[in-house]
Amino acid sequence: MSTEAAKEPSMLMQKEMIARNYEAITSKHETGRKVSSTFVPGNLNELLMCFDIVNNLPEINAIQAGMRKASGGYIMEAEKSGHSEDVCTYVKADIGQMSKGNIAPNGKPYPDPDVLMLSYTGCYTFMKWFELLREQYKCPTLMLHVPYEGDGHSTKNMRDYIVKQLKEVVIPGLEEVSGVKFDIDRLRGYLKNSAKAEDDLVWCLEQGKHKPSPIDAYFGGVYYIGPIFTAFRGTEDAVKYYEMLRAEVQGRIDRKEGPLTPEGTSFNDQKYRLVVEGPPNWTHFREFWKMFYDEGAVVVASSYTKVGGMYDLGFRHDPDNPLESLADYCLGCYTNRNLPTRVDILAKYVEEYEADGLLINSIKSCNSFSAGQLMIMKEVERRTGKPGAFIETDLVDPRYFSAANVKNRLESYFQMIEQKRRGGGSKTVAA
Amino acid sequence: MAVADIVKRCQDMYEDLNFTYAREWKAAKAGRKVVGFLPVYAPMEMIHAAGCLPLGIFGGGDQMEVIHGDAYYQSYICRIPRSTIELGVTGRVDFVDGMIFPFVCDVIRNLSGIWKMMFPNVWSKFFDTPQNFDPSIGGDYYAVELQELREGLEQLTGRKITDDDIRRSISLYNENRRLVREVYAFRAKEPWKAPTSEVYVLMRAGLMMDVEEHNQLLKDYMAAAAAEDRPKRDNVRIAIYGSFCEQPPLNLIKSIEMAGCYVVEDDYSLVNRFITEDVPVDGDPVRNLAMSFITHSVETSCKYVPKLGEKGKYHVAQVKQCGAEGVIYATPSFCDPALLDRPMICSALTEAKIPYISFKYAENSGQMQPIREQAGTFADSIKLWS
Ligand code: SF4
Ligand code: SF4
Repeated sequence: MSTEAAKEPSMLMQKEMIARNYEAITSKHETGRKVSSTFVPGNLNELLMCFDIVNNLPEINAIQAGMRKASGGYIMEAEKSGHSEDVCTYVKADIGQMSKGNIAPNGKPYPDPDVLMLSYTGCYTFMKWFELLREQYKCPTLMLHVPYEGDGHSTKNMRDYIVKQLKEVVIPGLEEVSGVKFDIDRLRGYLKNSAKAEDDLVWCLEQGKHKPSPIDAYFGGVYYIGPIFTAFRGTEDAVKYYEMLRAEVQGRIDRKEGPLTPEGTSFNDQKYRLVVEGPPNWTHFREFWKMFYDEGAVVVASSYTKVGGMYDLGFRHDPDNPLESLADYCLGCYTNRNLPTRVDILAKYVEEYEADGLLINSIKSCNSFSAGQLMIMKEVERRTGKPGAFIETDLVDPRYFSAANVKNRLESYFQMIEQKRRGGGSKTVAA
Repeated sequence: MAVADIVKRCQDMYEDLNFTYAREWKAAKAGRKVVGFLPVYAPMEMIHAAGCLPLGIFGGGDQMEVIHGDAYYQSYICRIPRSTIELGVTGRVDFVDGMIFPFVCDVIRNLSGIWKMMFPNVWSKFFDTPQNFDPSIGGDYYAVELQELREGLEQLTGRKITDDDIRRSISLYNENRRLVREVYAFRAKEPWKAPTSEVYVLMRAGLMMDVEEHNQLLKDYMAAAAAEDRPKRDNVRIAIYGSFCEQPPLNLIKSIEMAGCYVVEDDYSLVNRFITEDVPVDGDPVRNLAMSFITHSVETSCKYVPKLGEKGKYHVAQVKQCGAEGVIYATPSFCDPALLDRPMICSALTEAKIPYISFKYAENSGQMQPIREQAGTFADSIKLWS
């Protein structure tokens, strides 16, 4: 395996966008721009842009640290200072990184944020994470509470509550931090860009229905969602990025090619089509991915590519109803939907993408995703008649990635799919 | 009634995982319904006003073997959801007509969905409390949520809940909370007369019985405990935090006491202490319930603390008020809320020069020796340095 992953033009463009954003963050003292920290689900990027605020996402920083193999040390550092071994490793990677100089991927120190935009959507840990950071940075913290869709749908009360918080807490708070007056037309402009990019993202993700699939909706998918889920939704750059991505995917469809592997080859010989639930492991990302394509397994749909918005279910940011559409966006993120809805979504993916089954990568320290996944697997198996499998890793804690175990389990799963194809029974592969 | 009789009655109820009291209550009159709720706070007034029995369901404790529940949860998830599932699949709660899953964390949140899938005939409700504490924002939102809860209960029972029904229930629960506070104050004053192993079962039983009956029991307990002559020991006074959701086994509480600690404050099964003052009875009862939550409720891990610098101040004030000399931060293993909060609460304690120790438990922890040793060493160190 080459050490540098092969890159398509869209990936290079994204890399350049990310680098620019890190530069904007780390140069805030020179430029005078304000920096906010915020989360991927319920990310209010267009709104932050209205105040010229640069968006820094600690989850993404933890992922970056995981991919650079630095997160293990950060996590141990946080545990030494009293953070429990049981809690989300993103939080510990972030906190541990602070005590190790808090250096951004561009080699420059992260400046302290000017505001913590606590968009509290779909994960309990978010609330505590920013309470912890607030102790450290002592900066304003704006809480936007997004109620959970416990009954499987949002209500008018939930939406009104979010809009009210946006109007009375978030917007005045951001005005104060930035000194910029809110202009709703500016927001409308950004939301227009968002909707365009969202159309193209959905188109790309839906091409997983082709055979061979021109995309990998999990390992490749994490790149495809990058701009929209992070600091670029609403920008012209994001619109261009998705146009470029769409053209690349179209090219592969025309050539009947699969996605590009990190080794630079087209993954055409696809034997197994999977739907995957749960975030990936980042510390061994390429090794993990290789276990799939080496065996001929392509991921045709995934839930992780929906954590920052479920655009494939039809939602688009709407310039005509700007604040309401931000509220709807937050409400609809994947982990803010109840378990029966998650089962519906995954079962539908298995069927519509003609997958061989559902694979769950259960993350040790993420209750938001993980609590209930065994039930999800049983239900999806029952409804689709397709076998499921369950593997366990962690996000950014390398201690919990056991390559041999994962590989073993994947191999058994693929054998089971073979058996099933030959008409044998289905049995779950699990711990 | 003597203390021992009251405690025995409560302990029997607390240990009864067939919920005989609730079954009998339901069978006593046609049309009665039982509504279960999980930790950490549910507006029991509303359930009561609907004519239902609110039934606190706090997992399976250490007496129940979990066989099916483990098939639903990975090893790295706390125990309460798996033992709650066990209660469900073994038919122990088959008489329960509705279940409320209040917001505590993502585990109970997701359990609400599992319940919907596993028991489609039970009315199951995830109940989200506000994290914005501005009366005109979080308060308005919460009042509508309570109204929706009211309507859900009306559908379940087939009968309207009037404002007066809610007012009557508020009065009864105000009395309950007042008496509970009195028991806590009594224990803080003379902990040798009201050991926590007794107070604990008294409170747990109260979350499973009719509120008026519990009010009487609280009065009886205080009268009996005050009259009883019990020796005062040279124990240290400690507060327990972090135990608001999955409950420790009773043996763990007893072990802490046996190690030389009087527990004078705790956050065990917080429900009946969640609201800290009387809920006004006059006026719009739904609004009153909402506003009491917004303005007069405890600080605990499932609530956001909006102001910088305030985190943990509530715990420090409580410790001071009840005269505790140290804190045991005891949390269920894998408990996100308690464990993510731990560094912040403990740093507030350190700042206030309040000594603390922390450990983890599970509702079925069996080995008490290490806990006894840790608590004993802690008690000794407090005596030595104070
Ligand atoms: S969703 Fe999971 S991984 Fe993300 S912050 Fe929450 S607990 Fe951590
Ligand atoms: S014990 Fe903790 S993690 Fe488990 S359900 Fe309760 S609050 Fe959640």
